[in-house]
Amino acid sequence: MPKEVTDVICPFCGTLCDDLIITVSDDNKTILGVKNACAIGAEKFNHQRLPGRVKRPRMRQADGTYKEITYDEAIDWTAKMLVKSRKTLMYGWASTSCQAMSIGHEIAEKVGGIVDNCATVCHGSSLIAIEDVGVPSCTLGEIKNRADCVIFWGCNPAHAHPRHMSRYSIFPRGFFTVKGHKGRKIYAVDCRYTDTAKCADEFIQVQQGFDYELLNAFRTAVRGDALPDTVGGVPKEKIYEIAEAFKTARFGIIFFGMGLTHTMGRNHNIDIAINLTRDMNEYTKFAIMAMRGHWNVTGSGQVLGWQYGFPYAVDLSRRDQARHQTGETTSVDLLNRSEVEACFYIATDPGAHFPVDAMISSSRKPTVTIDPHINCTTEISDIHIPVAMVGVETGGCAYRMDNVPIETRKVVEPPEGMLTDEELLTKINKRVDELMAKGGA
Amino acid sequence: MAEKKITLNMITCRTIQQGVGMEAGKTSQKYFDACTVMHMHPDDMKRLGLWKNTNVRVTSSVGSVIVKAVETREDLVPGLAHIPMGPWANRIVPAYTFSTGEPCFKGFPVDVEIAANERIMGAVEVLQDACGLIRK
Repeated sequence: MPKEVTDVICPFCGTLCDDLIITVSDDNKTILGVKNACAIGAEKFNHQRLPGRVKRPRMRQADGTYKEITYDEAIDWTAKMLVKSRKTLMYGWASTSCQAMSIGHEIAEKVGGIVDNCATVCHGSSLIAIEDVGVPSCTLGEIKNRADCVIFWGCNPAHAHPRHMSRYSIFPRGFFTVKGHKGRKIYAVDCRYTDTAKCADEFIQVQQGFDYELLNAFRTAVRGDALPDTVGGVPKEKIYEIAEAFKTARFGIIFFGMGLTHTMGRNHNIDIAINLTRDMNEYTKFAIMAMRGHWNVTGSGQVLGWQYGFPYAVDLSRRDQARHQTGETTSVDLLNRSEVEACFYIATDPGAHFPVDAMISSSRKPTVTIDPHINCTTEISDIHIPVAMVGVETGGCAYRMDNVPIETRKVVEPPEGMLTDEELLTKINKRVDELMAKGGA
Repeated sequence: MAEKKITLNMITCRTIQQGVGMEAGKTSQKYFDACTVMHMHPDDMKRLGLWKNTNVRVTSSVGSVIVKAVETREDLVPGLAHIPMGPWANRIVPAYTFSTGEPCFKGFPVDVEIAANERIMGAVEVLQDACGLIRK
């Protein structure tokens, strides 16, 4: 008889919804149905049962086709590549568990790798700004229970974090927010009228790339200083009016996304958004939070943070010290300059999400990709090692976007004989040890 | 008289259709349908003399890609265009990071021209083609 697994954690976005109900076949092998998930989360669980999944490692041949190899062969090839290369880019980590990351970092220390996660092309700018000026933040639970003024700046949770609005930010009724969305004032700041903006009480259309100017104008307006007639396409009357409304809120929260981190200004946009939040705390309680994309990209930042002191782009190639310098140890820059000797990708798809010039550089180096499914990166790699899906076929710790750790759950068994990230990395680590004891590959 | 080529400001973002397609598989039809489109303002289509759902060639400083021009659901201002993130969008994203690690995913100029008879490449094909891995 099919059974229901309750309180399943969704391994898609940084919202880490923890109320999914998954119907599983009685042999624990197939997912039959998904409840409570958003469209993307449901598709993630449903993908598990699709036919055509690769179950054994594959190696690219000279003619461009792939042949199946054993896990042992793939592990040996990978370990030799890592030991031989003087500088390996070890990128990804955002869709695997913190336990697996920890083993990966151990390997990186031994072989002198550069560990970088998806934040590098996502909230990396936010992390630079947070390192510079700190971050007055809170948990999503506090927002649900207290926030009566919610600002979405350059983010579109209706598309990227579909249940964020119903679980935490707009609609839920909390302890001090008993009226739900009726008791909250919602603002959306974006260069286009997004689906999130359609849920907002007030939409502020900023000219693309003028977020810094507008944030600066809000800081000015909050202090009551003079403004030019329009800033970033927004009339000054509106800026004064909204700044006044921010001041009268009981608890305000700014959520920001790629609209700030990807546009001109990058970290400076976040810097000034954080400073606006700091200013607002002179009048009322205000907090700011990054809308983290991958479900465990925050976890990768946490693990790297407590191990090396930097949240991403950590260069361990000097063996005795960890280095971090944006523009130098960040993945896209390393690939642009063709500075690494090999690429090791795990739990991500830079092939689809890095600019093409970086991937052209990557395709000319020995590359291993560890991912449950075929994706763009696996098809330009020398080796593709399939693994169990973390959060579906194996558990592990993940961090929500507000830095709350949540233990994900195993729902079904992985295909027979398939290794998990942890098992695979442990084996690679062991093989690296053996090769290094012998004095290299 | 319609112009032959127009310059737009390009942004690349996630859409929920892109997210669903990504989880359905990078080689799936859903992913292809979600990511091979360029959202345009109707005024820009008029300027180019372009019918909606026609293929266009989008060229930036780093390369060009063929995608299908569609009318947007999430309103854009004239002059602003949007391709969902993915290997097609990234064929034209400049990789320069201004020493921040972040490439120019949003806010770079592109030229758009009608390419009604050109074929849109598959997800893997568009990347392999750029990397020179397709044997002809």
